[in-house]
Amino acid sequence: MAKVTMAQALNTALCDALREDERVLVFGEDVGPLGGVFRITDGLTRDFGEQRCFDTPLAEAGIVGLAVGMAMGGFRPVVEMQFDAFAYPAFEQIASHVAKLRNRTRGRLTLPMVIRVPYAGGIGGVEHHCDSSEAYYAHTPGLKVVTPATAEDAYWLLRDAVADPDPVVFLEPKKLYWSREDTDLERRGALPFGRAAIRREGRDATVVAYGPSVPVALAAAEAAATEGIQLEVVDLRTVVPFDDETVSASVRRTGRCVVVQEAQGFAGVGAEIAARVQERCFHSLAAPVLRVSGFDIPYPPPKLEHAHLPGVDRILDAVDRLQLDDEPDTRHLLKGAVA
Amino acid sequence: MSVKSLRQTVQGLLPSLTPVRFVAEDGTPAKPPTGYTEPPADQLRAAYRHMVLGRRFDTQATALTKQGRLAVYPSSRGQDACQVGAVLALRPTDWLFPTYRDSVALVTRGIDPLEVLTLLRGDWHCGYDPAATRTAPQCTPLATQVLHATGMAESLRRKGEDGVAMALVGDGATSEGDFHEALNFAAVFRAPVIFFVQNNKYAISVPLARQTAAPALAYKGIGYGVRSEQVDGNDLAAVLAVLTAAVEHARAGHGPFLVEAHTYRMDAHTNADDATRYRDDEEVERWSAADPLNRLEAYLRARGVLTDEDVAAVREQAETMAAELRAGMNAESVLDPLELFDHVYAEPTPQLREQRALLASELAEATEPTEPTESTGSVGSTTPQTQEG
Repeated sequence: MAKVTMAQALNTALCDALREDERVLVFGEDVGPLGGVFRITDGLTRDFGEQRCFDTPLAEAGIVGLAVGMAMGGFRPVVEMQFDAFAYPAFEQIASHVAKLRNRTRGRLTLPMVIRVPYAGGIGGVEHHCDSSEAYYAHTPGLKVVTPATAEDAYWLLRDAVADPDPVVFLEPKKLYWSREDTDLERRGALPFGRAAIRREGRDATVVAYGPSVPVALAAAEAAATEGIQLEVVDLRTVVPFDDETVSASVRRTGRCVVVQEAQGFAGVGAEIAARVQERCFHSLAAPVLRVSGFDIPYPPPKLEHAHLPGVDRILDAVDRLQLDDEPDTRHLLKGAVA
Repeated sequence: MSVKSLRQTVQGLLPSLTPVRFVAEDGTPAKPPTGYTEPPADQLRAAYRHMVLGRRFDTQATALTKQGRLAVYPSSRGQDACQVGAVLALRPTDWLFPTYRDSVALVTRGIDPLEVLTLLRGDWHCGYDPAATRTAPQCTPLATQVLHATGMAESLRRKGEDGVAMALVGDGATSEGDFHEALNFAAVFRAPVIFFVQNNKYAISVPLARQTAAPALAYKGIGYGVRSEQVDGNDLAAVLAVLTAAVEHARAGHGPFLVEAHTYRMDAHTNADDATRYRDDEEVERWSAADPLNRLEAYLRARGVLTDEDVAAVREQAETMAAELRAGMNAESVLDPLELFDHVYAEPTPQLREQRALLASELAEATEPTEPTESTGSVGSTTPQTQEG
């Protein structure tokens, strides 16, 4: 076991993917000699050469469009969008081509490619550097959407994404790049791609989180435990495919659910999760499913982002509203007994 | 770089001042352009045959649309020389990246006309096998395919293959950002890609003057370091000569090449468009006189390499093709709605499996009164029809 940052885990994953499959190419803005603005591609050009890891002109639609053509040509491109909000020029390529080519051609052309996007806030970034853009991608059929919360997942989910037959939007929580954990990257965890992880077990309520919100949810669970409330924390790992089974099983055990996301709440991934939980677990629920999210505002300036981002307190406030002290009202089950 | 070599570089990138042309509008030989070789007679005869077939395909598709057999058809009548010239300049192993208006190019590539029309008939999005035909799906979002062609060309270059990619694009699409990004990327990577702009003078209704202030669209190459040329797009000999040179340039490793063909869309944007709202009959008549098919026929007849018998034989082939197309299009399609779930991902997600089951039960209920034991999930008539799983 060694202390590894998520950034190192991602770098190692790219390195191992390049080594194991000569079809894998890494390209984007500043990913070559500089190693990317977050250094995720550090050393790749040095170790594998310009042929395998290279800088492109500064144009995101161009990068993704080039990757589409190169994937059609037999390569497995792994491209980097420098920041979440800088990926928007590529959105037409992603929504109209990356996501649809398999479908349009009845599976005769496929696009095994990965679009890496450093995303979300919490790093004191100025405007256009901190968007949580997962809902745009998750709403687009044909894309898989991945977001790791641990270094180990960062490594293995990225390896899986590169090997996947379908295009994957790989969302990297920037604020977790430098968090360290003890892990052995060579040892693969038990969970396959597409499965959510239960990061902490608890009997009183389920907290569903993903990416940058997972450590916040775990901190909230730690704080709740000191008050005798046991929160179960589910880390989605992949937003698409969505693991209904693990989430629903957890909520059926606990009877209560809070969904946490850093993104603005309206029409977000959390809204989808809350809807799915109540559709599937209605008779197990003792309280409404609650959402904890950022506000419905453009991402704030650095000195105000703390007011926007859901923290431990906002999660605990939601837990307080889960009617934990109420006895379940079973009157509706006693038909005729209550007038 | 010295001023002299800089001047040479700039001049080497710039297009000819006037479009390259071998044959005048009346079919007589034009003053031969410098730097290009006229294609041999047998190649022009083959091109003539493709143009007759392509024209017949196009008019048949327009007729079928009026009969309600196609959802929509964007005609390329008048652009026949571009459609055919583009394909004949390529080897079958090269890649073509067409738009929705390039159906005649697909037919010229040898793709089954019925499979070409799958998209516009509304049966599926792409009806042919792009991998087998080395022809990307017809692209509707403007200029996006120009980047794909660049990526494909770059992948061919990196694999050490001597193939090239050609992107077809219209005049309106040269205003899209993806067009410019593609030229820039291709030049930086020296990708073997040919950008072939069919300037048919209108983007739906917007005339060229509202699209660009450039002296010609071919001048868009120099800003990116892309060698460029402009050609009379209604002169098959010129289109073929220039595109052949462009393909050779790219194949030899000299990087991308931009060709602008000056042509004209004789029909409206699609059957749903009313061209009289933005252009007058006089203009259309003027371009009728420049018809590419009549021009090539007159030229070949005058040179004595095309006889009445040749013309009759080709026209007969075209009528046979049109009759087969009509028969194929008059047969009802057999479509399986459940196929909608088959090609979203390599493996359907659990949610898609649930939704597939939901639709299957809806379909079963809908067919229950007449076919109570039906459980295959397919609907519609049972007329045999090409159908890939």
